[in-house]
Amino acid sequence: MKEISLVDLENRFQKKVDSEIRIEPNDWMPEEYRRTLIRQISQHAHSEVVGMLPEGNWITRAPNLRRKAVLLAKVQDEAGHGLYLYSAVETLGADREQTIDDLHSGKAKYSSIFNYPTPTWADMGAIGWLVDGAAIMNQVPLCRCSYGPYARAMVRVCKEESFHQRQGFEIMTVLAQGTPEQKAMAQDALDRFWWPALMMFGPNDDESKHSKQSMKWKIKRFSNDDLRQQFVDVTVPQAKLIGLTIPDPDLKWNEKTGHYEFGEINWDEFWQVVEGNGPCNFDRIKARKDAKEKGMWVRKAASAHAAKRAARKTA
Amino acid sequence: MSNSSDWPLWEVFIRSKQGLNHKHVGSLRAPDAQLAIENARDVYTRRSEGISIWVVESNNLFASDPQDSDAFFEPSESKVYRHPTFYDVPDGISHM
Ligand SMILES: [Fe+2]
Ligand SMILES: [Fe+2]
Repeated sequence: MKEISLVDLENRFQKKVDSEIRIEPNDWMPEEYRRTLIRQISQHAHSEVVGMLPEGNWITRAPNLRRKAVLLAKVQDEAGHGLYLYSAVETLGADREQTIDDLHSGKAKYSSIFNYPTPTWADMGAIGWLVDGAAIMNQVPLCRCSYGPYARAMVRVCKEESFHQRQGFEIMTVLAQGTPEQKAMAQDALDRFWWPALMMFGPNDDESKHSKQSMKWKIKRFSNDDLRQQFVDVTVPQAKLIGLTIPDPDLKWNEKTGHYEFGEINWDEFWQVVEGNGPCNFDRIKARKDAKEKGMWVRKAASAHAAKRAARKTA
Repeated sequence: MSNSSDWPLWEVFIRSKQGLNHKHVGSLRAPDAQLAIENARDVYTRRSEGISIWVVESNNLFASDPQDSDAFFEPSESKVYRHPTFYDVPDGISHM
């Protein structure tokens, strides 16, 4: 085979990306592209898995059987999303278990939103409506990500997400139309989750360190601020419709731009939570570590069962 | 055996309905084929996406080399006469 210089390879790669040709696992790719994807996809996977915890909190205490079945199905979907994403990470040559150990050691991050507690049932509504809503905004453009396996995983995920948001909004709607206490509970959940949901889109564009390169590689299609704006624009009318108030005194419609203006995000809080100092960071990681250790016997049993089955076959 | 990474990786193929071919949908880790199929059912067919599942250990899949794909597929690129549009058919001829 003829020798090709690194610069040639990089140019060829960029040309493929520019002309919307997907990159597949065995294709040549810049090392930094690979590293960026491993970091992003594994952290996305961790977010799906850790994201089960705040809602798992309510499965046994859902107000009725219908709500319980729905919540269970939703949380089960999130486990599936984690698996699609860990599989996508493996196509890049990363060791799945290593990425999980990085989560447990604190080296790898996950979405900061899951470090907030869920003390009331209305939080299940706020999470589905706002957190899954924001996740959908982030994930829809990822269906066209330049890396094939990630894009394909996102197509599956997005198909499943839409019921997540609807069931959350349904919970909020029912509570908002209920007794004064129920309505207050819905408003309180919105008050607590609104700002953390806006933070899910990440730092402002001028602060975001990986954004520019990711846009050039078409891993990312829209900037953090653009996606956040889009989220505010679609969500504010939804809140109005069910009679809840967005907890932002600076929120106002701008006739000229056709967008809502909103108040300053508390970035100090955001970075505190990212750095591990949120209300539930410790509990979340502990739950994941416990799951790995306490689930060990299940994996051992599965291996033993498979070995027995194989022995029976050859006997 | 304490980590799922110690288990082989399986590629999962699903037939969505009778009459269609199996299509690759993703992968997972499992200790043997039976558990791979059961796990594939739980992960990839939660919304009636399939009526049949194949799993193949990833180790047993062999692929063409993407670096050589231009040369490898060249023989078919240059044979336009394999397509019906290559031929002139006089006006007035139908059913051809
Ligand atoms: Fe998800
Ligand atoms: Fe979701």
